Amino acid sequence: MRHGVARFVTGFLALPVALYLFYVVWPFAQAAGYSLTDWGGYSDSQNFVGLDNYVRLLSDELIRKAFWHNVFFLVTVPLFTIALALFLAFLLNVGGREDRAGIRGVFGSALYKVIFFFPQVLSLVVIAVMWQQIYRTDQQGLINGLLIKIGLVDADNPIAFTADPEPFLGIPAVLWWLLLIAVWSGAGFYMVLFSAAMQSIPKDIYEAAILDGAGRFHTFFRVTLPLLRDTISVAWVYLGFIALDMYALVFVMTPSQGGPNHASEIFASVIQFNAFQKGQFGYACAIAVALAIFTILLAAVQLRITRRERIEF
Amino acid sequence: MSTVTHTSGQKRPDVAPPGRPTGRRAEAAGNGIGGRIFNGFSHLFLAVWAIMVIYPLLWVVMSALKTDSEVIREPLSLIPESLQWDNFARAWTAGIDSFFLNTLLVLVFSVTLTMLLGSMAAYALARYEFPGNRLIYWMFLSGLTLPVYLAAVPLFKGVYNMNVVFPLLGPNKHLTLILVYVAWSLSFTVFFMHSFFRTLPNSIAEAAMVDGASHTRTFFSVMLPMAKPGLISIGIFNVLGQWNQWYLPTLLMQSVAGEPKHQVIAQGLIELSVNQGYKSDWSGLFAGVTMAMLPVLIVYVVFQRQVQSGLTAGVGK
Repeated sequence: MRHGVARFVTGFLALPVALYLFYVVWPFAQAAGYSLTDWGGYSDSQNFVGLDNYVRLLSDELIRKAFWHNVFFLVTVPLFTIALALFLAFLLNVGGREDRAGIRGVFGSALYKVIFFFPQVLSLVVIAVMWQQIYRTDQQGLINGLLIKIGLVDADNPIAFTADPEPFLGIPAVLWWLLLIAVWSGAGFYMVLFSAAMQSIPKDIYEAAILDGAGRFHTFFRVTLPLLRDTISVAWVYLGFIALDMYALVFVMTPSQGGPNHASEIFASVIQFNAFQKGQFGYACAIAVALAIFTILLAAVQLRITRRERIEF
Repeated sequence: MSTVTHTSGQKRPDVAPPGRPTGRRAEAAGNGIGGRIFNGFSHLFLAVWAIMVIYPLLWVVMSALKTDSEVIREPLSLIPESLQWDNFARAWTAGIDSFFLNTLLVLVFSVTLTMLLGSMAAYALARYEFPGNRLIYWMFLSGLTLPVYLAAVPLFKGVYNMNVVFPLLGPNKHLTLILVYVAWSLSFTVFFMHSFFRTLPNSIAEAAMVDGASHTRTFFSVMLPMAKPGLISIGIFNVLGQWNQWYLPTLLMQSVAGEPKHQVIAQGLIELSVNQGYKSDWSGLFAGVTMAMLPVLIVYVVFQRQVQSGLTAGVGK
């Protein structure tokens, strides 16, 4: 019997583990190794340089930029997406009429949910290519065209969108325009998530609140929101990962993939730039290792902060 | 606004003790003026956001049916002067046909394999104690936090070196992409199915074993069917995730020795958008984007309940 178990477990695990080791673990391990060399990527010559690459990246202007841009997305993407999603979920679930059974969702809430979820099933690339057309800098673009038509924007001086490195509130404008797309595509998904969590809260908690004379606003802020804390913190962690991975948008939408003038560089684009444009694979790997350490630290911190006793119902 | 229900509760303190409105009172309060304004405001804001989501999508679809000159002349209009279906035919033969074929060819195998290998590994890890169990589990889990860009350079190099030893696993090969997709999807699939198999009751598996079923047979004919809800969720997650994948194919499906690239849909669309810019075939680009997004949207609308719960369950775990 014990023998059978060993054979069974080995049989079930062999193939997945082998694939995973070969295509995921091994490249990661190699990257860590290459990060200690000056390997260019196209030649076979590589010398061990110790931690030189890591010392170098600390004083790299481009990486400092990318780091702050990543931090910008890390703060704004979850913040705006969750705020908007919560607001939409609130309207959807509490905006309806009130009757004997309590406060109801708005009429047509199922339809709204279907529509708001649309961007989630689309590929980030489709979204990026679509928004590239919306953000066009001439009258052919959806936003510029509309604004020029109603006279809010001068046809000779249209909005530059992702080609605009000028700072707005201290952050290059291009990043704000990318943020808008991220929020547009993410809000619906998190609204559905929050909606589902709201509906799983037992009715009698609401009934008790209503009996105590709480209106829909009090009920929402004093009852619903605290009970949603768990879901919101999970959403925050997930959006954090998405914020670190804005590369598809940067890749498709910005000039020279990180431009203009490096105004939209993020970690991923700097890695790509160093590895494939400048041919410095060793250095690119060092940046990637730094990013991985940053990600893991961040995940650990987030898990620590958001851990809290659960309310079971 | 939050005071509205309060004041209406305090207006008639003689009817019932304050703070304990009857059903009828609650009804009256909610359908009062405040309630109605709020209801109207909700509808207004929700409708505005719905338009902000739908309008760009609709605009892309409608622009795909215009002539090129109309795209330039009347970029904003949602109603084409005449329907140019041949935009689709042009985009289809300009590469979308092979993008679709490649994507389907890869996905049929990669999703099936991901599900099979992922649930097998998750099952063995979730229900059997053996030395190294935790180690393997954490190894799979660590893949969730590590960024793909870290592995990009060595993965690229490894696949290129493979070309010499075993060309079928070299760059620009469907099989390579299938195996890479499976390997990269395993982390989340194992993580998700692991927690799912843990929740299944022990007694049924034990009953099957007592009846003489082998471990393997117990898995395939008893446990796997019981895990169907989990399989549907993670299946939807993987189909969408792999359909939308662009980074790995851009890295690995590059032309070798002059043979044409076997591009998948997301990857091809990027190239199409770059090239179309030079050719200024705007309607063709819109048609390409439309063809890339309509199938997923239609599948989503048909299976919306499953897709919504499938994707949100992925986050909830």
